[in-house]
Amino acid sequence: MSDGSVLDHHSPYETPLHRDESAIAGMWLFLASEALLFGGLFLVCLVYSQTRAGGWAEGVRHTNLAIGAVNTLILITSSAVYTMAVESGRRGDNRGVVRAGLGAAGLGLAFLVLKGVEWGQEFSENLFPGPHFALHGPEAGAAALFYSFYFLATFLHGMHMVVGIGLILWICRKARQGAFSPAWSTPVDIVGLYWSFVDLIWMLLFPLLYLIGRA
Amino acid sequence: MSESYLWQDGTLRSWLLTRDHKRIALLYLGSITVFFALGSVGAALIRLQLLEPTGTILSDATYNRMFTMHGVVMVWLFLVPSIPVTLGNFLVPLMLGARDLAFPRLNLLSWYLFVASGLLVLYGLFRGGLETGWTFYTPLSSDYSEGRVLPVVLGIFLNGFSSIATGVNFIVSIHQLRAPGMTWYRLPLMLWALYATSVILVLATPVLGMTLLLLAFERLFRVGVFDPTLGGDPLLFQQMFWFYSHPAVYIMILPGMGVVSEIVSTFCRKPVFGYRFVAWSSISIAAIGFIVWGHHMFVAGESLYSAIVFSMFSFFVSVPSAIKVFNWLGTMHGGSIRLDAPMLYAMGFIGLFTVGGLTGLFLASLAADVHLTQTYFVVAHFHYIMVGGMVSAYFGGLHYWWPKITGRMYPEIWGRLAAALIFFGFNLTFFPQFILGFEGMPRRYATYPAQFQILNVLSSAGAGILAVAYVMPLVYFGWSLFRGARAPDNPWGATGLEWRTSSPPPTENFAETPVVTTDAYDYGDLDARTGVADAGGPHHV
Repeated sequence: MSDGSVLDHHSPYETPLHRDESAIAGMWLFLASEALLFGGLFLVCLVYSQTRAGGWAEGVRHTNLAIGAVNTLILITSSAVYTMAVESGRRGDNRGVVRAGLGAAGLGLAFLVLKGVEWGQEFSENLFPGPHFALHGPEAGAAALFYSFYFLATFLHGMHMVVGIGLILWICRKARQGAFSPAWSTPVDIVGLYWSFVDLIWMLLFPLLYLIGRA
Repeated sequence: MSESYLWQDGTLRSWLLTRDHKRIALLYLGSITVFFALGSVGAALIRLQLLEPTGTILSDATYNRMFTMHGVVMVWLFLVPSIPVTLGNFLVPLMLGARDLAFPRLNLLSWYLFVASGLLVLYGLFRGGLETGWTFYTPLSSDYSEGRVLPVVLGIFLNGFSSIATGVNFIVSIHQLRAPGMTWYRLPLMLWALYATSVILVLATPVLGMTLLLLAFERLFRVGVFDPTLGGDPLLFQQMFWFYSHPAVYIMILPGMGVVSEIVSTFCRKPVFGYRFVAWSSISIAAIGFIVWGHHMFVAGESLYSAIVFSMFSFFVSVPSAIKVFNWLGTMHGGSIRLDAPMLYAMGFIGLFTVGGLTGLFLASLAADVHLTQTYFVVAHFHYIMVGGMVSAYFGGLHYWWPKITGRMYPEIWGRLAAALIFFGFNLTFFPQFILGFEGMPRRYATYPAQFQILNVLSSAGAGILAVAYVMPLVYFGWSLFRGARAPDNPWGATGLEWRTSSPPPTENFAETPVVTTDAYDYGDLDARTGVADAGGPHHV
């Protein structure tokens, strides 16, 4: 599918537009599936944040709010920057796609670096649940429970970030080859859907892991 | 018209890298047949063990691992994929009048994911297996199990992505790739059933994925997610597991209902009675299926109020299910019925599904469930749905579309014999289990009190017959590939678009895109097109 404005030989579609609409529908369905994947995680977090409220809040208070907040800003900005790539793609401005794509991917990378710093701190403070878990007291079990979810959720979200950055770099490569035109920039849109979704997941994780119960 | 999809390029490479939905269907057919055989070996060992009250060949621990293997392999590596990935993959584009599925490469990827997940599960099973049952309940699976929980659970996690890929592909294909004139209400009912199945695949599978991931995480790092000693809630695992696994029960029956609708219409030579009701009953089964999961936990400690609500919704599912059964019977009423092998399977399906469905109502009733839960009554109930129903439909569909898939006829007399034998063997295996359960024999034990022996021996004898009956199609299908009579394009005189192309179809499916001008199951139109004067029988070849 190097030149998207024509159909390849085995395509089941009538026109390129027909194919591109289908591709976008496919991404939305995949994201619906992803929403339910994370939905399971959110459900469990919400249940425990209520049933084990004391220890859960103890865990929340030990997260690094500054890094979490900065990362939230970075990710929103990254999504906003990527929408410029989408707009550039629709105009057929391949250089604009590369510029905005690299900006969005760079911000994504910054998010991951900060996240890595945060994880490093937490590991050195023994906040990873286990025999040497740092928090003590009657609610330590629930605090450990919180950190189980904290690490799993941020790991899964991080994996999605890595995939997203890879996809954006792929878009940049295609744009450098001059692939997009006003007639065809669907991959830019589809990656945008995914990137916004990864952003949206973080918008739900941030209050769940950093805010609820902190006060 | 160009060469058939089977022989256009015969290299192994062309098969392993194919994007043709028909070839991918055959890759899947080969894979799930292997898993079906493996799961059957598990079942055979279980039935052998239960010939005597004290057990015959397996230690208690091995018995636990055997029924777990049987369940895991049969559910995820056979039943969930079964009809969708084989017949569905083959037929969805043909029935739509399309050249392929919406995402051919994603389709091939789904097969590779399936194979990888199967290998991971097999690794776990052959390196010692596990004793948790297919439900992986915590804290047994997280804390106490000495088995290979991790590779099996991760294998099932991976398997989910294969399911999701198939679901996404079917939904987009049905929306986007209908031939000119193929409106929603002209779709064959098989496609409505597969659409409903796909919605469940896309929306329920990820929840299982997360549940199993949490379990793997808990086991790997010894952190408390569901472990009560570490602050977790083991019941939460059951809630999440059944949020997937009850809808998954409908993944394991809706495609069978689709197949039966096709077969019943063809072999009665009548349009399906109440087409729109049958179509929407598939959708409503899928929708209601999402809100009944709590009926698996009536005795697990959920509140009485929840239990009453879940019980009520469970009763609701029987309405669209009954609509289907009555409409199939309405289709048969006054039809010119031909009792070829596919129809025998379809009729077997209707009877066995009805028994399975009605006994489901016993289990959905709170008071009765307290008595029957965790007994062989439950085992018999869900085997009537999954084996009596789904496996019958799977075999019926394989016979029905075999001429289209391979270009060869199977030997009809052997087909009918196998269908009859499967029906008989199935009932002999599982009907005694209803009585055993009603009398109080618990499931998942390697031994049992002596008074239950007669019924257990009957059940094991039935399993022996079933084993022979399942091997028969393998033999005569294999034979027919080389010696079977050449199949005409439309051997059954059926109406679907798949019968308007050659047998086997060419790689591009249709020489030119078909145009649909009539409803599904319009036999008058079929006769007008093919020049058949009377509503005659099949081509007997």
